[in-house]
Amino acid sequence: MAGTDTGRIRPGELEAIASAYAAASGAVRRRVVVCGGTGCIANGSTRVFERLRAALEAAGERVVVQLDVHDCSGASAHLSKSGCQGFCQVGPLVTIEPDGILYTRVKEADVDEIVASTFGRGEVVERLLYRDPVSGAAKRGKRDIDFYAKQERRVMHDCGAIDPEDLNEYIARGGYRAARKAIFDLAPAEICALVKDSGLRGRGGAGFPTGRKWELALRQSSPDKYIICNGDEGDPGAFMDRSVLEGNPHAVIEGMLIGARATGATIGYVYVRAEYPLAVQRVRKAVAAAMAAGFLGKDVMGSGIDFELRVMEGAGAFVCGEASAMVSSIMGNRGMPRPKPPRTAEKGLWGMPTVVNNVETLAQVAFIVENGAAEYRRLGTAGSAGTKTYALTGNVANTGLIEVPFGATLRHVVFDIGGGILNEDGKPDNGAFKAVQIGGPSGGCLTAEHLDVPMDFDSLGEIGAMVGSGGLVVMNDSTCMVQMARFFMQFTQRESCGKCVPCREGTQQILALLDDIIAGNGTLETLDLLEELCENVAASSLCGLGASAPAPVLSMLRQFRPEYEAHVVEKRCPTGQCAALSPLRIAPELCKGCTACGKKCPVGAIAGSPKQAHSIDPEKCIKCGACIAACKFDAIKKGAA
Amino acid sequence: MTLNAFAEARRFEAVVAVLDRHGRDPSKLIPILQAVQDEYRYLPEEIMTYVATALDVSPAKVYGVATFYGHFSLEPKGKHVLKICDGTACHVKGSGALVDALRSELRLEGKAKTTPDLLFTLETVSCLGACGLAPVLVVGDDVHGLVTKDEALRIVRDIKRAEASDGGN
Repeated sequence: MAGTDTGRIRPGELEAIASAYAAASGAVRRRVVVCGGTGCIANGSTRVFERLRAALEAAGERVVVQLDVHDCSGASAHLSKSGCQGFCQVGPLVTIEPDGILYTRVKEADVDEIVASTFGRGEVVERLLYRDPVSGAAKRGKRDIDFYAKQERRVMHDCGAIDPEDLNEYIARGGYRAARKAIFDLAPAEICALVKDSGLRGRGGAGFPTGRKWELALRQSSPDKYIICNGDEGDPGAFMDRSVLEGNPHAVIEGMLIGARATGATIGYVYVRAEYPLAVQRVRKAVAAAMAAGFLGKDVMGSGIDFELRVMEGAGAFVCGEASAMVSSIMGNRGMPRPKPPRTAEKGLWGMPTVVNNVETLAQVAFIVENGAAEYRRLGTAGSAGTKTYALTGNVANTGLIEVPFGATLRHVVFDIGGGILNEDGKPDNGAFKAVQIGGPSGGCLTAEHLDVPMDFDSLGEIGAMVGSGGLVVMNDSTCMVQMARFFMQFTQRESCGKCVPCREGTQQILALLDDIIAGNGTLETLDLLEELCENVAASSLCGLGASAPAPVLSMLRQFRPEYEAHVVEKRCPTGQCAALSPLRIAPELCKGCTACGKKCPVGAIAGSPKQAHSIDPEKCIKCGACIAACKFDAIKKGAA
Repeated sequence: MTLNAFAEARRFEAVVAVLDRHGRDPSKLIPILQAVQDEYRYLPEEIMTYVATALDVSPAKVYGVATFYGHFSLEPKGKHVLKICDGTACHVKGSGALVDALRSELRLEGKAKTTPDLLFTLETVSCLGACGLAPVLVVGDDVHGLVTKDEALRIVRDIKRAEASDGGN
């Protein structure tokens, strides 16, 4: 029987590899998976992995790090690294099966105890279990933790479970059977129709139906066609594409192979952000393994079809996430978008039809081909089929990468999965909920009144927000919405490529208006001007970057108008985040008159005798905050009494 | 061959290897510049001109690409590159304070990003996708998560101390 090490895998061998893998994995007593995603590696999971190997061997376990499908005798423990398991906050994560245990924040020093307790005596090391943020109860494994149990993981089902560097394990989970079906049993038009029926829409932000895009490319009569995987995930606060590329790269490659078959493309590119070195490395390895197995390159699976896959690293330009800009970048040019039509599916790389699909989109394709459109539609809503991954971050108890069906509510995501809101002091406090920014710098703001709106492409569009790439930043009541709007605006302004005037100049002027408000120079007129300018930039920009850049500002301005008005009318920042609008004062009941603040004040604005309550002269105060740091009694407060 | 000319030839040897590896294909300009920057830590002007000539494109085209993408630097970078993530999650969790603390520790003024002794470069980068660990500081290839101001300062001071003792040996 052939495996990856003996060269090409014949299409008929997939099932045999899967059963050999199952036999090999059934022969080991335990499997230990150490998360090897970017987050856990940063927390030291590589050292934990090495220490586990040494400790298990010292305890007499026969350890293998990759199962040998030819010879499964002799191993007792399978120790492997996975891609991102999504719960980076409590990493490094270690799961042990079949015990169903998830250990969190595992350090090298914990390894000996894990080996002695769990491997030696079959017991759980309770202090390493995840604890519920509110009740404090220890939870044994993923099944018991709401963060995992309340998700519906389809795209990420194997992400974080399998070894992304082991092609055999991907095959064992049914991998490359969908590609085989697409190549040998389906005609290109049938694949396009199937994907169209499934209702799959692009996960990069715009939500264009994937099947229609493929059909358009298929219709082009051109000898050369291309398919690009868009892994230039630039939205701050979104990291699902990184996780999928790191955790299950073969799913993306298989999706591209099916897309190539459906459209007639013979060359593909995976365009990955250079900020994701681990994703680049795992994709390159996976491409090499798929090449060696004969799933890529000349004569794919012996079908006579050629498909060459190349990997390109981005060079740090957000706008390259736009399809026509990405095409320009791959050809070695400045990554600037061009007016459409024609779409890139008609004229893309070197003027040839080019399909550009997002990572998460491509990772769903094999499921659709394997299980059919109806099964795919079982989850999600009528207009938005399937599931969506979200990067849940900010002031929420559980942060990480999650996946839920389209139509799930914000309440479910933030409170059931996210475990609720954290207040300014980092304590659980659902009353501190203020807003959720969805869709990053192209998206909008959702507030308490939107908690029960189903999150899908159409419902969110109706309330001025968008799914976008799926960043969800939860904000508590200490967040200033003018500062947040400025943050996103500064991002898009820096990333504007400069080709069209509305985006290049408009984003600068929007930013300048926000700066005026923050500095205390705004008036009600500023707010009207801001709104008008935002609408004009959105209407007249060349590409999606400029068209969506004003969205966060508009959305925050409309949802939080009173907060903006407080800035310009009362010259007051309600959250105390805007220094110029947040006068400092000393709470007399807390002040002990220790004089520490007066000594630190660089402008001599603090007066008071020792052991008497001090006071700040608002005329002299430059609001630098030096006194806040100096005060041991927390007596200096921002904002009016 | 004088010593200078020899050093000069050595200087271009690495570029030639990069160009050959990419088949002198102008469409590979970005990977070529990435490899060149890996070699020199920045894109020296004469090397960009050399690349333009070798690929038979105008120096303006190479300069245009080099200035368009955020990763390319036309100025020498420090030996240790500190990157502070300024993605949304890191921003919300106080990456701005980290930048201020490190800028003052490294005595970087105005728009300066690199210390005069070329030991450190401090830059903010857009989201690194490690939002669960916000705020994030990357030193070289090492990712540090949930970084506090004190920890950031400790990391920098440790490097300084290691450099000082290396210099003494």
